Amino acid sequence: MAELTYREAVADGIRQEMKRDESVVFLGEDIAAAGGVFKTTVGLLDEFGPIRVRDTPISEQAILGAAMGAAMTGLRPIAEIMFSDFLAVCWDIVANQMAKARYMTNGQISVPLVVRTANGGGSRFGAQHSQSVENWAMAIPGIKVVAPSSPADVKGLLAAAIRDDNPVLFFEQKSLYAVKGTVPDGEHIEELGKSKVIRQGSDVTIVALALMVPRALEAAERLQEIDGISATVVDVRSLVPLDTSTILSEVSRTGRMITVEENPRLCGWGAELSSIVAEELFFDLDGPIIRITSPHIPLASADHLEDMMIPSVDRIYEEIRKSMS
Amino acid sequence: MAKEPEKKSLKNYVSNDDIGEDVRRELFRLQLECRHVEQKAYDLFLQNLIKGTSHLGLGQEAIAAGFGGAMKEGDYTFCTYRGHNHTLVRGASMTGVLGELMGRQCGLLGGKGGSMHLTSVEHGAMGSYAIIGAHLPIAIGAAWSAQYRKSDQVTVCFFGDGTTNIGAFHEALNMAQVWKLPVIFVCENNLYMEYTPISEVTAVENPAADRASAYGLESIIVDGNDADEVYRHAMAALEKAREGEGPSLIEAKTYRHSGHSRADPGDYRPDGELESWLKRDPLPMYRNRLLEFGLAEDEVVEMEEEVIKRVDEATEIAKSSPPPTEEVMATEVWADGSSTWRN
Repeated sequence: MAELTYREAVADGIRQEMKRDESVVFLGEDIAAAGGVFKTTVGLLDEFGPIRVRDTPISEQAILGAAMGAAMTGLRPIAEIMFSDFLAVCWDIVANQMAKARYMTNGQISVPLVVRTANGGGSRFGAQHSQSVENWAMAIPGIKVVAPSSPADVKGLLAAAIRDDNPVLFFEQKSLYAVKGTVPDGEHIEELGKSKVIRQGSDVTIVALALMVPRALEAAERLQEIDGISATVVDVRSLVPLDTSTILSEVSRTGRMITVEENPRLCGWGAELSSIVAEELFFDLDGPIIRITSPHIPLASADHLEDMMIPSVDRIYEEIRKSMS
Repeated sequence: MAKEPEKKSLKNYVSNDDIGEDVRRELFRLQLECRHVEQKAYDLFLQNLIKGTSHLGLGQEAIAAGFGGAMKEGDYTFCTYRGHNHTLVRGASMTGVLGELMGRQCGLLGGKGGSMHLTSVEHGAMGSYAIIGAHLPIAIGAAWSAQYRKSDQVTVCFFGDGTTNIGAFHEALNMAQVWKLPVIFVCENNLYMEYTPISEVTAVENPAADRASAYGLESIIVDGNDADEVYRHAMAALEKAREGEGPSLIEAKTYRHSGHSRADPGDYRPDGELESWLKRDPLPMYRNRLLEFGLAEDEVVEMEEEVIKRVDEATEIAKSSPPPTEEVMATEVWADGSSTWRN
């Protein structure tokens, strides 16, 4: 097992797939010569050359359009959108084009591509460089949505996304880039659409995504230590497809569900999950479903304000403790 | 005493003709197919057999035909929601086109896409795109793929004058030139962006050609109502692209005989404008050329009757094709054919 950072796991995943399959190409702003503004793609240009690893102009529509056109005609492109907030300037290509091409052409067109992007807050970058926008993507039929929480999942899920024959939006949480974790040696690939139970408990199920996973885990440990509350923690990993089977079975066992979401409150992924649990597990519930989210406010840049907005370990712990008392 | 130079007759011209009779017949046939399929589509609207919206290219057929005649099998076409002609000239079936417009099972897209999204991948018709500008970046991706695979395929991307004012046009042209991609951008300037004259909302006189220099491209304007002129420029740009010399931008001047879409009678056009352009209708112009170049009237009539017969037959087949069933409604969202988003 190698010890890698979340950041290093990105290049490792891309490298594994580019070595394996010549149809995998990679494009984006500053991704080649500069190695990425977050240094996630260092070394790929040297290893695979400028034909497969291409710097682009600041033209997000051209980046995603080119990725889509290449995907339609035999390649498996990986496109980087530097900050997920910038998806707003090329959302037509995501929402109207790549998501719908297969359906509208009754299966004539395939779009096997991955859009990687740095998502989420915690870096004091302010409201246009910190958003959690996975719920934008989740609202559109035809796109898979993945958000890993650990270096092993970055590599394994990225490899799975590259091999998938559908468009996949791959949300890397930028404040996790420095986090270290073990990654299996040799070829590593995970399955898209599978959640992971990372802590098993009996009293409550905490469902979390990306940066919220390590925070939920820490809150669960504190609940156990201080209050004797035994919590399950589920890492959702993939919003589309959504592994409702794992989540429903854990919620059914514990009788309670708490979602921990970095996204602003309205229409966050936890709302969809809450509705599914309410419809399908109503009689198994021992208490109300609780959603812990960022408030419905643009993210502020000052560290004190940003920290008040994004669910913290303290807040997750307090809200769960209150709901269980 | 020097002999008086022989007056250049049409006969000389024919003997020196770079296009030749076979290609001319093909260009005429393609224009006839476009014209008669779209006229049929208009009739079917009036009978309420085609619902929704549709954007006809009546009057603009010479552009699609000129390129269709010049492109090779395997080349890619990307076009707009005004894309019936561009899809037909690549070889998509009339039944598939009319069936899709009518929302029938036999439609090219099984009823899931409609008039604005005609696609026939097996013929290289890689889709009709209904958001202005979107397909220019996508077209450069197909060209990039061809360049990467060293496949010799060229991508031709058709769009209207209105597209030249949206950002995607500029992003795509720039990246295509920087990467020297085998792609041809064809602007069909029919003088109107939807309802507004393009000249009222554009900083330059020629919306595409005058922007070419910004991307290091040659400024090329062609008579879009003359299929031979379009064909010649298409051949030159295709050759340039295949030789690895990069993209071309061609502005073809033309005129839309009908309104922007089904809902638009085109009342905003000044008196006499349509009439003056009808005098340059590409079909009668091309028909006369065939006659001038020696084709017999009977042969031309035979070609016309043959196309009309095929359109009528395709219409009957499409009319008798059933509507799509509930079983297909939720298929082909994902590559495994399903629409499943949870387990």
